[in-house]
Order: sequence, then structure tokens, then C-alpha cells
Amino acid sequence: MMVSRDYIESVIAKQMRIDGRKFDEYRKIEIEYGVSSKSAEGSARVKIGDTEVVAGVKLELGSPFSDKPGEGSIMVNVELLPLSSPLFESGPPSIDAIELSRVTDRGIRESKAIDFKKLCVREGEKVWLIFIDIYPINAGGNLFDACGLVALAALRDAVFPKLDGDKIDYHVKTKTKVPLTKLPISCTVWKVNNELIVDPCLEEEMASNARLSVVYTEAGEICAMQKGGDSPLTSEEIAQILDLAEIKSQELRRHFK
Amino acid sequence: MKYTKRIDGRKFDELRAMKAEVGVVKNAVGSARFQIGKTVAIAAVYGPKDLFPKFLQKPQSARLRCNYNMMAFSGSGERVRPGANRRSKEISMVIEKAFEPVLDLSEFPKAVVDVYIELIQTDAGTRCAGICAASLALADAGFDMKDLVCAVSCGLVGDQVVVDLDKPEEDFEGGAVDIPIAMLPRTGEITLLQLDGEISKEDLKKAIEAGKEACKKIYEVQKAALRAKYAQEVVA
Amino acid sequence: MSKLVIEERQVVIPGDTLAEGMDFLPGKGAFREGDNIISSRLGITNVSGRIVNVNALSGRYIPRRDDVVIGYVKDMSYSSWFVDVGCAYEASLSMKEATADFIERGSSLSDYFGIGEIILTRISNVTKEGNIDLTMKAPGLRKLHGGKIIEITPSKIPRVVGKQGSMISLIKDKTGCSIFAGQNGRIWIRGANPEAEKLATEAIQLINDKAHTSGLTERVGAFLEQHALEMQK
Repeated sequence: MMVSRDYIESVIAKQMRIDGRKFDEYRKIEIEYGVSSKSAEGSARVKIGDTEVVAGVKLELGSPFSDKPGEGSIMVNVELLPLSSPLFESGPPSIDAIELSRVTDRGIRESKAIDFKKLCVREGEKVWLIFIDIYPINAGGNLFDACGLVALAALRDAVFPKLDGDKIDYHVKTKTKVPLTKLPISCTVWKVNNELIVDPCLEEEMASNARLSVVYTEAGEICAMQKGGDSPLTSEEIAQILDLAEIKSQELRRHFK
Repeated sequence: MKYTKRIDGRKFDELRAMKAEVGVVKNAVGSARFQIGKTVAIAAVYGPKDLFPKFLQKPQSARLRCNYNMMAFSGSGERVRPGANRRSKEISMVIEKAFEPVLDLSEFPKAVVDVYIELIQTDAGTRCAGICAASLALADAGFDMKDLVCAVSCGLVGDQVVVDLDKPEEDFEGGAVDIPIAMLPRTGEITLLQLDGEISKEDLKKAIEAGKEACKKIYEVQKAALRAKYAQEVVA
Repeated sequence: MSKLVIEERQVVIPGDTLAEGMDFLPGKGAFREGDNIISSRLGITNVSGRIVNVNALSGRYIPRRDDVVIGYVKDMSYSSWFVDVGCAYEASLSMKEATADFIERGSSLSDYFGIGEIILTRISNVTKEGNIDLTMKAPGLRKLHGGKIIEITPSKIPRVVGKQGSMISLIKDKTGCSIFAGQNGRIWIRGANPEAEKLATEAIQLINDKAHTSGLTERVGAFLEQHALEMQK
């Protein structure tokens, strides 16, 4: 579908959306675990309507940062595959891919959802590094929330491989789960024609000029945010977004029950 | 070394279980997923569209551009560093050549048709699974092609000719020879042929014949997947 | 003995044998190999006399002379506009073909068609090298204001239009929308409200998905009937 910005705005002005949803309504969400269980230590697929993303977790051994000798770390990498959209191009990561990676990373890191101390093998020498690689298969809007969900799903699925001294035997998986203690959920609210909506389809996303991603933990704490788009948000709008995102993040969390 | 029984219990001429589905990427002009054993490939086709820089343009037809990539988590050991490398570039190139003889893009001079192949999970035979998926995706995109392209790896494990080697067989301590082939199923012509290892001329001929027989079975799976997309459902 | 191996309107795939013997000729999407005629694409068969064709069920638009299409104005030069008509090449609309008005030297072309605007236009010429000329000089060709555009597989446009326009009339009647179907697979829809436009969109999507099946008019009719009732509630 190719609909103009004017058209999207005119529909929103009538308090409607082009696909008939309510402003605060997500498309159908599906989560599937273990889509690459032979290769990855943890993996998952998330579908939100037409949008589909996959993620895989790989564990490696590395040296800790000198200021945190007893802690492991995570690395989130989103690659916007040209396979998934005619709008994506081959080549080095675009700024959009980098932003998605960093916002997804921040939600997990700052909520302390992973106990980094439990990733320590030998203090000051060897720690576990968790790589989370995320790829869209079909990009149809709202990659922010899809990436947040799929990263968590892949982490929930992840177990440590067997450790033989300082060597990892990737062919043998242990029963030990990656220490995921919280479920920080990202909900992004988009402003279109002065109204606030969640889970935009691609056309709505293109018609939006401001968005705010908010990551909530189950305790109701906010652990990461990112404002995007060219237009400003008022304090009232931000307050509204925080309320909406809190309710929606609770709703999204139910998919992990 | 003698190889009397396959590690996963298959017969020597038996392929792993296959699954194929067409139309899996909605944004693409054509797309498909092809799974053989634990190797899973997705292919999506975009175009024809403008090709830049201009010197790459072909005056008589569109250029076919394939891009093979393994997802970072899809390898058998450590994480694969993202981005193109020498291996993926070479594989992309031989995949392009595997399609040149069948694909007719003369209706689109100067343009480009892009085929993106992504591996989600791998257990050997990735370029062949990629070709099987790409073949379905190109057909799904409605391009004129004289035939589908079927591909499988055949070869030698120990002293035994086998088809569709998996990773444990490729790594067999008694030695293994991996021969990826791609075949045009109607004519039996070969459009991709590579070999890694050491093999006698007699065994090589046997292996290729076994590979060709295996390709015929793959062809059946591909045909069924294409027809399934348009299977007329019973209207109640 | 020559014979057809397929039935009319059958889905075939590349490599399928369509006919045996020399009495038949390969048309679109087919080629001869020895005694046989073979399909070169995934499509639906259409036999016209001795000629066996395979019509595509997918693929991007291939421009043909005299097609009426919907285009997006992408750019302009001193004397022409560049228009995206959904194929591999950009089409061009010259000043002469754009309007009967006299355009003064040095005036801005965007006064006539601006970047991003949508036009209903006709292909006046196509060369083998992919040069496409457009014209606005025919009844009905114009700029399209408001409404939305959906894109379907171009080869399915004849099904959306139907015999003598029967299918498109049905959708217009039941939804009250104005609809233009471009040969390039783009369809412009403007209705009284977003619900009506959504219903028309869904009906067209249904045709796109089921274009290879028979009994389509009844099916679309039933679909519209059912949802039109819901809308009134």
C-alpha cells in the first residue's frame, strides 16, 4: 500500500486508523522460541502483524572491562536486511540500524535484567559476553518494539554452552539458563497529526514526526527512553505517553507468561 | 577409512527431511524458505530496478545480483562476524552463475534483479539450500526461467559415496569430500560444481550421479511448494 | 499427433510441459524445446487458437504502449517531469505532453505537477532500452487529489476490472467509492469515509489473492454484501 501522509493524517483526524484499529491497539503478536536451536544458544521469532524479526544469542568468552573486572557484558546488533524491505540497502549499518541496536541494548542493560556478575568466569580474566543479533525478515512498521520483544525472547531461550577449561564446546549445551532476572518491555508511542498511537504500520510510521520509546520493568520502573523524529513533544504529551506505554508494556509482558 | 553406517542413520542415497514454502516475505516481489535437515535458508527477490553505478548495467538484459549471508548466530561454532567476507562473496558469485543459464531477464535491459539469501540455521549444505530457496523465490517473482534449479551437496565420507552431507559428516575423522552441485532438473545439466577434498575420478563420477538423482527428489519438493501457493481451495 | 497437456486456466510452473507436437505455438511465458512447448514461468495458462500462453501471477509492472497508469512525480528538469510508474525505469512526461497551456520560458514546472503528486497518465511510447514517454493528453487523464493508493500484482488488474468493468462497478456500487485501476497495478480509491475505503481495499485484496480461482465475482459480491451490512450497523 502506498498512502500519502495527508491521507494518514486525514484518517487519524477522524479518530480512526487505516487498518481499522484503535489508537492504542497492537496488531496480533506471536512469539516462537528456538528458531535456530541447533546453531544459537538461544533464538526466537516475533511477529507483530506483518512485521517479522528473528534473533539469536551467541555466547563467547572474553576479557572484562578494566573498571568492571568481575562482570560480563552484552552486545546487541540489529541489521536491517535488504531481504526484509525495499527501503533497506546493503552496506555498513545505517544510522537507523545503529539506533535500533542501541535502544534495544539500553533497555536490557540499564534495567539490569541480566545479572552481569553471574557472567564472571574468573575475575579480571575471563567473563561471558552475550551477543544478541537481530534481523528483520519482513519490515512492516514498529521495529522498535519488535526488536525489544525478540531480544528478550531469545534471551529467555538461551542456555550456556559447555565449558572445557577455557574452551567452549558449542555442540554441548548445559541446562543452565542465561541469568535473565527481569523483563524490560519497550513500548513506542508515535505522534501522528497530534494524536498518539502505538504499533504503527509502515505508512503510519512514515507519516509520524515524533516518537518516544519507553522501556518499563515489571516493577513499573522506567529504564530507558529514546525520543525520535523531527518534531518536539510537550510535557503533557510526554506524561500521556508514559501512562499509555505503562499500560501497553504490561499488556505486552503477558506474551511471556 | 571405512564408512559403513551414516551418523544420523540415513541410507547413503537418502536426503535429510525437506520443507519448502513460497511467499514468506510479504515486502518482496518473490520469496521462499527452504529447509533441509537443520539447514534453513530464506530468499527474497526485489526488482527489476535501476542499477547504479552505470558501468555495471548490461545493455541487453537485467543483471542478476545474489547476496548470500549467514546470520551471525547461524554457524556451528562461534558467532559469525556480520558483514560480507571472502567466503560469502565467492558463494554469492557462484550462485549467480548457477542461475545464468535458466533465467531470462532480456525484458529488462540495464536494470538489476536482487536476490537476498539469508541462513537462519546451518548444518552444512548452505549454498545448496540457498540456491533451492532462491530458485523458488525467482519463480514466485514471476521471472521467465527455462527450469528451476535444484542443488545438493554430494561426495565421499570415508570410502563411501553419499548425498546431502551434514556437518558431522563433513567433519568425519576418516576424511570427507564435499561436492556441491546445482542441476537443471529437466536436462540434467550442471550449473554449479565445486569440490573440497581428495577423490578418485571413478568416485567423483559416482558421486555426481548420486547427486543428480538426489536433485530430482528436491525438484519434487520445489514443485509441490510452488503449486501449493496457488492450490485451489474448496469453496464452501 | 499434437495435443495439449494442460487445461485452460491451469496454474503451471517453469519447466512444465504445456503441449506436445508441432501444431501448437509457444506464446507469452512459453518456449519450444524439441517437440514440446514448455512453460517458462509460474502462471496461469491461456490457450488462444494454436498459441499457448502463460500469464504471470506475480512480478513487477512491464510498461506497454497505451496503458493508463498511476504515477508518482519524482523529479523535474527544465522541460520535463520524471515519473515513477512502478517499473524498472523512470518515465518522462514532457512539457508538450503535459498540458495544452502555454508555459512561459523560465516558469516553474512545479506549478503544474509538484514532486510527490499523483497522476493518472498514459504511456505514449516505450523503447526496448527502457525509455518511457507519458502523455496527459487524453480524456480522463489528470492529477489525483486525496484518496489512497493500493498496489497489487499488475497482471491481476484485468480481474479487478472484470468483464466490461463488471467487477470494479460492483465494488464502486457497494462501497460508494471512486476507484481508478491503473494497468501498472496501482489502484486509487476515494470514498466517503475511511471505512468505505477500507472495505474497497479488502475486496481488491481478495481479488489479488484469489485471482487464479473461478467464481470470483460471486465471492467478492458475497464479501461486500456481508461487510456492507456490518458497516450500516
